[in-house]
Amino acid sequence: MRPFDYQRAERLEHAAQLTGEPDTLALAGGTNLVDLMKLQVETPQTLVDIGRLSLGTIAEDGEGLRIGALATNTATAVHPRVLADYPVLARAILAGATQQLRNKATTGGNLCQRTRCYYFTNIDQPCNKREPGSGCGAIKGIARIHAVLGTSPQCIATYPGDMAVAMAALDASVEIASERRSRTVPVRNFHRLPGDTPEKDNVLEPGEIITAVTLPAPVGGVQLYRKVRERSSYAFALCSVAAVVDLEEGRFTRADLAFGGLAHKPWHDPRIADLLIGSEPSLALFDKAADLLLEGAESYGENDFKIPLARRTLAAVLCEATGVEP
Amino acid sequence: MTVHLKQDAPDNRDVLDGTGQGVIGAPLPRPEGLMKVTGTATYAAEYAVEGCLEGVLVTVPVTRGEVLSIDEHSVLTMPGVVAVISDERMTGRPAQGMAGEAPFQPAQEVCYWGQPVALVVADTFEQARDAAKHLAMEWRSEDAPIDPASVETEEDESTLQGDLAHAMAEAAHSVDVVITTEGHASAAMEPHAALAQWNDGALTVHASLQMLKFNRAELADSLGLEEEQVRLLSPYVGGGFGSKLGVSQEVVAASLAAMKLGRPVRVVMSRQQVFQTVERRSETHQRIRLAADAEGKLTGFGHEALVSNLPGETFAEPVLQSSQFLYAGENRLLKLDLARIHRMTAGSVRAPGEAVGVQTVEQAMDMLAEKVGMDPIELRLRNIPEVHPAKGTPFSSRKLAECLREGAAAFGWEPRPRAPRHTREGEWWIGTGVASGARVHFVEEAKARVTLRPDGTALVETDMTDIGTGTYAILGQVAGEMLGLVPDDIEVRLGDTDLPPGSGSGGSVGAASCGSAVFLACQGLREQLAKRLNVGADELALKDGFARWDGGEKALPELLGGEPLECTGHFEPGASTEDLTVSSFGAFFAEVAVNRWTGETRVRRMTGAFGFGRVLNARTARSQCLGGLTWCIGNALTESLLFDPVDGHLANCDLAEYHVPVNRDVPDLEVLLLEERDAAASPIQAKGVGELGLCGGAGAIANAIYDACGARVFAYPMTPDRVMAAMESSRPPSEST
Ligand SMILES: Cc1cc2nc3c(=O)[nH]c(=O)nc-3n(C[C@H](O)[C@H](O)[C@H](O)COP(=O)(O)OP(=O)(O)OC[C@H]3O[C@@H](n4cnc5c(N)ncnc54)[C@H](O)[C@@H]3O)c2cc1C
Ligand code: SF4
Repeated sequence: MRPFDYQRAERLEHAAQLTGEPDTLALAGGTNLVDLMKLQVETPQTLVDIGRLSLGTIAEDGEGLRIGALATNTATAVHPRVLADYPVLARAILAGATQQLRNKATTGGNLCQRTRCYYFTNIDQPCNKREPGSGCGAIKGIARIHAVLGTSPQCIATYPGDMAVAMAALDASVEIASERRSRTVPVRNFHRLPGDTPEKDNVLEPGEIITAVTLPAPVGGVQLYRKVRERSSYAFALCSVAAVVDLEEGRFTRADLAFGGLAHKPWHDPRIADLLIGSEPSLALFDKAADLLLEGAESYGENDFKIPLARRTLAAVLCEATGVEP
Repeated sequence: MTVHLKQDAPDNRDVLDGTGQGVIGAPLPRPEGLMKVTGTATYAAEYAVEGCLEGVLVTVPVTRGEVLSIDEHSVLTMPGVVAVISDERMTGRPAQGMAGEAPFQPAQEVCYWGQPVALVVADTFEQARDAAKHLAMEWRSEDAPIDPASVETEEDESTLQGDLAHAMAEAAHSVDVVITTEGHASAAMEPHAALAQWNDGALTVHASLQMLKFNRAELADSLGLEEEQVRLLSPYVGGGFGSKLGVSQEVVAASLAAMKLGRPVRVVMSRQQVFQTVERRSETHQRIRLAADAEGKLTGFGHEALVSNLPGETFAEPVLQSSQFLYAGENRLLKLDLARIHRMTAGSVRAPGEAVGVQTVEQAMDMLAEKVGMDPIELRLRNIPEVHPAKGTPFSSRKLAECLREGAAAFGWEPRPRAPRHTREGEWWIGTGVASGARVHFVEEAKARVTLRPDGTALVETDMTDIGTGTYAILGQVAGEMLGLVPDDIEVRLGDTDLPPGSGSGGSVGAASCGSAVFLACQGLREQLAKRLNVGADELALKDGFARWDGGEKALPELLGGEPLECTGHFEPGASTEDLTVSSFGAFFAEVAVNRWTGETRVRRMTGAFGFGRVLNARTARSQCLGGLTWCIGNALTESLLFDPVDGHLANCDLAEYHVPVNRDVPDLEVLLLEERDAAASPIQAKGVGELGLCGGAGAIANAIYDACGARVFAYPMTPDRVMAAMESSRPPSEST
């Protein structure tokens, strides 16, 4: 860990102003950032503690719900409105990390958590995300946990989180504030693909602070979150599926799906809903949905299995949601 | 007074069964347990020593090569930095278990990626850690093989008997499989740590080590000191599992720094350093061949394995250890090969050999049972050999058949040939599997001093360690049983090289070896007391603090007359096991659920039945078995060291990415302890239990996976991707998933 300056932001504008400075990072729960600082992966000159800002509220927002950036993962997962109207979100959060971590982890920090790529977290290995231009250690290395969708020759890392996958299925929005402006970005567009600039995980610019995530009016339906992993807790997803699905008269009327563990962002492909809506659920249809999902998928040896695994997990979730017997 | 026994003959007297105090074997809690769970037991790094400096090991990202220069000045001006230690006595590798001499030096000769080569010492830990990342070095690096399949191998061990190939060709039923296991980490909770102090030519080190008498010799040899100048203290060890058998890099580095600077120095490895620099369990590539007649009697048994280690290391994962005698078969071929590669040091990780060598045989036995069309337990029972199949030596004691039968009854095993995919609950296929277990028995020379204090209480002292196993409890129980005292009246002091040298904790030798030393010391005390009373030692009964003999009774304080009475027990292994096969045995039963879509496997329940001689404490013995079963789950389903194919560095080097089972992975575990007395194993008729619980059980899980979903997986750990792929390839064409 490099020595750093610690500042406590008292007001949002203050936080935005401070984090606009070079080599400055916001500190929320610290469960990801502090670990990475110990490993010297993150080396901020200044840490701006935003923990005292009043961004922790979870409140009604019209028909929807606004979850403050500093609401803890635990608070969100047990919130009565979340449990009643957005169960996929509660399930996704509870599938992540451990109770102790969720008690500290925040909405904003969870969205911004960095990849778990082994080469990213080891400063003696090449990594374009950590050190642009140094190469990608994972492509020819241990790529078991890496992406199969939307990769680039520069980076094949995944966004590792669960919460954002459910938020992508729910079509939530990220509220962002800076000194000069505020803006709202759909969760589906918040994270980016690595392309030639894998060092940028998401669309946040320096000086921008996440203030909240807003969930649209509830849509009901069957809501499922399925996370595949080798041990049953305290492990990141090899592949995950968040599903918000509805049927009327035996046909899909809603099929909002998002996928984790497969890409540098929670993966959402609108063509899947287009395919499913209006059709009768069947194994053959689910297979077609998987064809769309995995069109253009590319794997790197160690993670070849993620392609059939994603196909099977998608089928599992849709079978469970629709009652189709395999 | 010293009582010395070199055990050359079995001891059938079962003395501990006749003493009558009733503490031996009782499920007593650990005397130090409360301290441990309330955080008041002090571990190596936790001593508050005034003026203590903090050291951080500096590692190099080179697979093989040499550090040419270290530029101390690159960090000496950083805040708080006191010194850079790059003495050529630094060690880059840990010592192997029971080496008793310095590990490979100098550290600057680099043999694996991430090898420690220097130590940065500063006022605070944070300063040292930052400086360690900034230390400028020059090195030379050269190509190095890192893949065991890419190099020529050396033969380490082989047994040839009859003609296996012929037996395979003639067999009514045969199995020929290749099964692989990946590397394992000990992953002890307490990271490796040392706090060294150098005063007037004497070195005192608080460290986290398993075998102090060897460690003292290793450290003295590393530093060029006399053993008498070195004192090691390890009263509490937060798990070792083999990784603390030999003295490791931080102990030598802290000592060198303390000697150079004349100030106390503490070095604690980071979790990543623990993973990347202490001993790993080798990956293995195993071929099992079984030949059987129409009734399932083995006519041939083949087990070949390839393991790896660094150049210069003598250790080769002894995969075949129990295969030598577990099952019959007159035609035998057992062969162990060693590949020299540049991954970090391979060495003992809990139950070296059997922890990966039994489960593969057990999978092959399951396949054979299927071919013969027989219940897999019946197949095993039919193939328990009368005597050691190669040496012809009888077994000193063996509860294998009883473990299989009684374990089956407790588990609710349905005796039938296996036919997979019989039960489905929703998305989950349910199946059960069985495996035998075995672990060879060792004992090691050990001394312990027992003092009867004037107040009638007793003190037991040895440099033996308690690595979380329950040594404090069981040594007190042996003494209590022998001296007629309740455990509260016995104090046990461990983990200090100033005390008589015990066996150390490793290879499951501790309980039987040190227990025997305490037993002998107490025998000496009993004799002295009897002498005072003018009665034969056999006529003296000690119970509840009283001495009783024909016609009299005296409280111990009265008998001691204000003076302490002391005796040292000295136990040495002798010829008692020479013409015998001495091993612990067990049986494992598992029920698993396999997800039909994803191949995720969850263990739903497990039963283990174990026979390991006398049970010294039913609670701590059971705990050892529970831990063993938990290791079986990790071994079967989740644990594997992932080495980078380019430079051989260990990629998953923390507890988030090296997946030991978590609470949710560990279901109800049932343990049956089958009491037996093994007269040849030790004077207290006990064998080792610490490792038995993980020797074979992963095979029961593998067999249960097959019984559940019809997938035979031939690579451990059986992660979702592997199970899914095996399900795909085993799927009958009519099935859709
Ligand atoms: C062992 C382990 C296992 C885990 N397992 C899982 C898992 O299975 N699934 C899962 O989803 N997660 C998992 N996590 C990750 C965990 O969810 C994240 O660490 C946590 O959500 C981060 O939140 P935080 O508040 O602690 O963020 P911090 O560590 O404080 O910050 C993380 C990043 O977000 C930035 N940031 C924080 N708040 C804001 C804001 N309001 N505006 C702008 N930037 C901000 C910080 O600058 C920093 O770059 C695991 C973590 C650990 C350590
Ligand atoms: S995959 Fe991305 S994060 Fe991982 S090493 Fe390559 S560039 Fe770095």
